[in-house]
Amino acid sequence: MMMTSDQKKKEELLNQIDQYGFAMDDILLYLDTHPDDRHAIEYFRCVQKAYKDAVNEYESMFGPLTYDQESEDVWNWISGPWPWEGEQSYVEI
Amino acid sequence: MWKYEKRLQYPVKISQPNAQMALFIASQYGGPDGEMGASMRYLSQRYAMPYNMAKAVLTDVGTEELAHLEIVAAIIHQLTKGLTAQEIKDSGLAPYYIDHAVGIWPQAAGGVPFQATEFQSKGDPITDLFEDLAAEQKARSTYDNILRVVTDQEVCDPIRYLRQREIVHFQRFGEALRDVQDHLDSRNFYDFNPAFDKKS
Repeated sequence: MMMTSDQKKKEELLNQIDQYGFAMDDILLYLDTHPDDRHAIEYFRCVQKAYKDAVNEYESMFGPLTYDQESEDVWNWISGPWPWEGEQSYVEI
Repeated sequence: MWKYEKRLQYPVKISQPNAQMALFIASQYGGPDGEMGASMRYLSQRYAMPYNMAKAVLTDVGTEELAHLEIVAAIIHQLTKGLTAQEIKDSGLAPYYIDHAVGIWPQAAGGVPFQATEFQSKGDPITDLFEDLAAEQKARSTYDNILRVVTDQEVCDPIRYLRQREIVHFQRFGEALRDVQDHLDSRNFYDFNPAFDKKS
């Protein structure tokens, strides 16, 4: 199946968010046990910025990742597909 | 994906330890109608829920229940802070203390360990939502039972908050159930399980 450019962009941004998000998850654990490592803190900040930029771009195009980022007049939070649904999202009948 | 916020959803500040009350309240951590079962029930049921409104309610209530689990743990933790071995020996907390000291472990007030059999995930949206409605009422009853035996206002205050949330959740699950039924054949809601059957 051909992906539309919107779908492609969505996947690309989500992939970036996954990668930067995981980098932060991992550095977080390192910093829990090495809170004085300035180099690691600097690296965290750098990844954090990339993560925030990717999240902002994703949310402005495809809706909120967390409910506290809801900003539209319409409430998009409950819209599918939900993350556990895989490729074949359920179509409401 | 989840992230931790470094705060309680509702503050807990208890100045007087009380071993017996700690054991009573522990039931809402890992007891039959406790917050652990609540969260696991809703988050597990999401995967068989075909409709977006109920998916959102299960996700968001299931997440809030994790915050309630933390509030209950904070209450138990503060109620057991600074207790002496003698105070524990003179209270009902003694058998718990032998296995856990004053660490937090999921069990009912009567000592029964947390069990997954205390909740259901039936793979049927109507059945699951009726289970959720009952669960919220059972948790509300348990908080009412606790409030009859707790007199310390510093303990009652967060317990009353948790009790109120059970009522709100009951309301939201009722609305989600109505939305599920609106998707189904009103002549026979049970003719077709939208999480499993295919429309012929």
